[in-house]
Amino acid sequence: MLRYIGRRLLNYAVLLYVAISLTFVLAATQLNPRALFQLRQPPIEPAIIEQQLLKYNLSDTVPLAERYWIWLTGIFRGYWGSSPLGVDVAEQIQTRMWVSLRLLLIGTLAGIIIGVAIGAWSATRQYKLSDRAITAISLLIISTPAFVVGHLTQIGATWYNNTSRTRTFEFIGETGDVGDYPFADLVDRGQHLLLPTFVLIILGAASMSRIQRNLMLDSLGADYVRTARAKGLRESKAVMKHALRTALIPTGTYFAFSVATMFVGATFTERIFSFPGIGQYGVDTITNRDVFGVVAVTAFAGVCVLAGAVLSDIMVAILDPRVRLQ
Amino acid sequence: MTIITPLKDRRTKAGDTVLSVRDLHVTFPSEAGPVRAVRGLSFDLAAGETMAIVGESGSGKSVTSLAVMGLHPNTTRITGSIKLHDTELLGQSDNDMSKIRGRDLAMVFQDPLSALTPVYTIGDQIVETIQAHYDMSKAKALTRAIELLDLVGIPNPQVRVKSFPFEFSGGMRQRVMIAMAIANDPDVIIADEPTTALDVTIQAQVLDVLKTAQRETGAAIILITHDLGIVAGMSERVVVMYAGRPVEQGTTDDIFYRPRMPYTIGLLGTVPRLDESSHGALPVLEGNPPSVVDLPPGCPFAPRCPMVIDACMGTEPELVPTDDPQHVAACVRTADIIRQELRHGDIFPAPVLTTSELAEVPREERVPVLELKNLKRHYPLMKGAIYRRRIGTVHAVDGIDLDIREGETLGLVGESGCGKTTTLLEILNMGTPTAGSIEVLGRDTSTLNKRERKALRRNLQVVFQDPMASLDPRMPIFDIIAEPMGVHKIPKAEIEKRVADLLRLVGLEPNHASRYPQHFSGGQRQRIGIARALSLEPKVMVLDEPVSALDVSIQAGVINLLDDLQGKLGLSYLFVAHDLAVIRHIADRVAVMYLGSIVEVGAVDEVYSAPVHPYTQALLSAIPIPDPKTERSRQRIVLSGDLPSPADPPSGCKFRTRCFKYTALGEADQVKCRDVVPLLQPYAVDHTAACHYGSHEEGVAVGRAQFVSRS
Repeated sequence: MLRYIGRRLLNYAVLLYVAISLTFVLAATQLNPRALFQLRQPPIEPAIIEQQLLKYNLSDTVPLAERYWIWLTGIFRGYWGSSPLGVDVAEQIQTRMWVSLRLLLIGTLAGIIIGVAIGAWSATRQYKLSDRAITAISLLIISTPAFVVGHLTQIGATWYNNTSRTRTFEFIGETGDVGDYPFADLVDRGQHLLLPTFVLIILGAASMSRIQRNLMLDSLGADYVRTARAKGLRESKAVMKHALRTALIPTGTYFAFSVATMFVGATFTERIFSFPGIGQYGVDTITNRDVFGVVAVTAFAGVCVLAGAVLSDIMVAILDPRVRLQ
Repeated sequence: MTIITPLKDRRTKAGDTVLSVRDLHVTFPSEAGPVRAVRGLSFDLAAGETMAIVGESGSGKSVTSLAVMGLHPNTTRITGSIKLHDTELLGQSDNDMSKIRGRDLAMVFQDPLSALTPVYTIGDQIVETIQAHYDMSKAKALTRAIELLDLVGIPNPQVRVKSFPFEFSGGMRQRVMIAMAIANDPDVIIADEPTTALDVTIQAQVLDVLKTAQRETGAAIILITHDLGIVAGMSERVVVMYAGRPVEQGTTDDIFYRPRMPYTIGLLGTVPRLDESSHGALPVLEGNPPSVVDLPPGCPFAPRCPMVIDACMGTEPELVPTDDPQHVAACVRTADIIRQELRHGDIFPAPVLTTSELAEVPREERVPVLELKNLKRHYPLMKGAIYRRRIGTVHAVDGIDLDIREGETLGLVGESGCGKTTTLLEILNMGTPTAGSIEVLGRDTSTLNKRERKALRRNLQVVFQDPMASLDPRMPIFDIIAEPMGVHKIPKAEIEKRVADLLRLVGLEPNHASRYPQHFSGGQRQRIGIARALSLEPKVMVLDEPVSALDVSIQAGVINLLDDLQGKLGLSYLFVAHDLAVIRHIADRVAVMYLGSIVEVGAVDEVYSAPVHPYTQALLSAIPIPDPKTERSRQRIVLSGDLPSPADPPSGCKFRTRCFKYTALGEADQVKCRDVVPLLQPYAVDHTAACHYGSHEEGVAVGRAQFVSRS
C-alpha cells in the first residue's frame, strides 16, 4: 500500500511540474505587468519601471527561458516570487489558506453530511411528497448563483438585525468589535461565520443530496438489499447497513476531494462576506497582473487537487474491499 | 460434510403441511392499470418435499415467491391466505414478518453475483442472518457459519469465511446463498431460478448442494424455474402457471407423462431434447403470452390454443380434477384430451420446413465457407495503474481448427469463459489473429485491405443474444433492417422492397415497419435481428446464443425459422449456445470448447450418443432432461471446481484439473496428461477428440443409462 501511494505521488509530482510550468509560460506572456506601471498618474519614468520589473524578474526584455530559470531555481530556495509591487506570494498563500479553511471547514463538512442524509432519506421515499419537495427545493438552490444566495441571506440578516435591534449576524470580514467577556473573540468569530456557513451548507447540501439520492436509489434496488430483507432484517436496518453502506463508496471520493480543496477557497463566498482567502486572492492576482501570484495559486490548487486524489484513493480503499484486496 | 446442530425443534413431521396457500391474488398498480400478476393460486406444501412452480416470464411465479416472503412494497394488494404452520402471514406487520423471514422462511435468489452485499465478508453476512433471529455470540455464530460453508461444499471454510463475495465465483456465491438460507433451519426454502445464471456443470453442483441442504434441514423447497429438466430431476410436485393462473397441478410424473392442459402439453413438447435426435421442425406454440394488465374474459391461453372452442371464450376455467383427483387442470377440453389420449404431436403439429438441395450433397463435396486454422487470440495481462507492465498472457483462444461448409450448421458449446465469444469476435473482426488464419469464402482475412474487407463482410453477418439490447430503441425497425443495406450502397427503391420481403420472410407483418422495437415481444425482436442480418444476403451467419434470452414457448418458433431460412437460402450457421439440447436439434456438427481449445468435434448425433472426451461426457451428463424417469435413473458426472483461469492454464491437458478420469488413473498414466498436450484424434468418420485416454462408447453421457437416438 505504501509503495503504491509513493509511486502515485511521484507520478503526481511530474504532472504538477508540467502544469505549473505551463501556467508560468501563460501568465508570463499574457499578463504584462509593465502596463500596471504605465497607467500610473503621474507617469513613471520608463527606466524606473524597467528597474522595478527587473528587480522582480518580470521584465519582458529578459528572454522567457531565462525568467523561467530564475523563477524555478528560486522555488528550490523557497522563494516563489513577488507581485509587481513587491509582496511575497508565498507569504500571501500561507496566511490566506488558513482564512479559507476557517471559512469553509464547518460549512463544507456539514453541507456534505446533511446532503448525504437528505439524499439518502429522500431516496427511500422516492416519488412521495417529501421527496418531490426536497427535489424541488434543492434544484431551486442549485440553479441560483452563489452570489445571489449570498446577497439574499445578507438582506435577510440585515432585516433580522434591524427588527430585533441586535447585531446577531455579522457579515463583513472575519472579526469585528470584540466584547470583553470570556471567549468574546470566539463568539465574535462565530457570529461572522453564521451567514457564510449557512450559505455553504445549503449550496453543498443541495448538490450533494442530488448525488446521494441517485446513488442510494441504485443501491436500494440492488438484489443484496432484498437478500438482507429475506434474512429477516427490518427495512430500516437493511437500508442503513446494506444500501447506504454501499452507496457511500462513491461519496467517499467526493468527500476526500472536498476536504483537500477546502484550502483553495470559495471565490464568491469569500468575496461576498469579505474573507481575504485564497479564492479571492486568485482573482485578485489576475486583475493585478501578478504573474507569480497566479502561478503560485495554480501550484497550490494543483497540490490540493492531487492531495484530494490520493485521499480519495485511500478513502475508496477503506470503504470498498474490492479495491483494497485486488 | 458435517451435520449441523439444529437451532430449534422441528414443528412438523415429514408429510405434515408446513405452508398452505389459498386463493392468492397479487395485484400491483402500474401506469397502464392494475397488473393482476397472480390470480387465484392455492397449494399445500408438505414438510421435506420439493414443489416446482413452472412458467414463462410474466406468469407470476416470482411474484408468488415474494408474496410468501412478504417482500412486496406496500402498494401491492395481496389477498387470499398464506399460512405457515397455521399462522396467517398475510396482514402481519413488517416487524412480525421480519421475525419469520430468514428463520422459518428462507430464500435463494437467481443472480448470485448481485445477491450478496459486496462490502461485507461472507462470514459476516451469514452471522448477520443468525444474529437477526437468535441471541448468539459472534464467535459461536461464526463457528456455525464455518460449519454451514463446509456443508455446502466450500473448500477450506475456516479461511474462506473471511473472504468477500467478489473473491468467489458465481457457483460458489450461490453455495453461500444456500448456506445463508439454511442458517436458521428454515421450514421452507424458496429457490427462485437458483441456477439460471450459472453454467451447466456448476448448475449440477449447486442443485446437488440444494438437495444436501434439504436433507440436512428437512426443509420443504419451492423451486421456481422455467427449466423443465430441473423440474423433472428435483421436484415431487409441479404447479404450472400461465398469465398469473395455475393451469395445471399434480405430481411430477402426472405433469410430465399425463399432461391434461394444452399449454402444459405444448410446453413439454416444444423443448428440444438432449437425449433424442430430432431434425426437422419443432412443434410450436404460436403467439405470445398475454399481458396481465388487461386480460380478456375466458381462458387466457385460448388465443394460442389449437383446441380452442367457443366455451373457452366465455369464462376462465377453474382447476378441476382430471382422471386423478390429485391432478387438477384448468381446461374445458380436459375430458377430450383424456379420452383421446392426445399428445403434443396431435395438438401442436410441427410446421413444414424448407429443406435445402444442399442436404443431398455429401459434406466432402460442399465448399467450405468459413475455415479457422490454428486460430489463436492472446491478450496481454497488464498490471499497475501508472507503470503498466505485462505480467502474463490470457490464452483466450489457443489454437483452434474449425471449418463450416456450405449449408451446414456448426454448434460451438462450452462454459462461459471458454473462449466462445472471443472466437466469434475474431471471426467478425476479419483482422489478423495472434496466430493462425481465418478464411471466409476462401479468402484469408489478414490479407484483405479495407475495401475488400467491407465487401467480404456482406457475406458474414451476426445475430446477437439479447434482442432487447441489440436493437436501437430509437430507430423504427424499417431503419434497423435497412441500415446495413445503406452502408453497402444499395439503391433506395430496392431497400424498401427488400425490407418488406425480409419482414415477411421472418414471419412479421411488412406494414409494421414503421414501429419501434419496444412494440415487439422478445421473439419478434429476435426475428427483426435475423432480418437485419439477412438484409445483405450473407452466406454465413454467426448466431451468438440467439434463443437463450427467449422464453421456452418462443424459442421453438425462432429455431424453426432459422432452420427454414437455412433451407430456403442455403445459409451456413455458426451457432454458439450453452444449451446443448438446442444445439443437438439445430446443428449438423458440434465443437466442444474448453479453456480456449477444441476438445471434441464431430457430427452431432455421433458426439451426443458416444462422447469421447471426459469434458463432453460431463457436460452432457450435467444437463437435466425433462423426463422424470430418465432423471431419476441418471448418474451424474459432477465436475469439481470451476474453470481455471485462461491466464494460467494447466500444463499438458487443460482439463486434467477437473477430470474425473485423471483422478482414476494411476500415477504413471497421469504423467502423460500433465506433460503432453493431447491432440484431436479420430474416433469415427466425423468425430475427433483430444484425450489421451478417450474411450468411444455409447451411453456414457447419461451416466450409463439409456441414451440412444429415438428417431
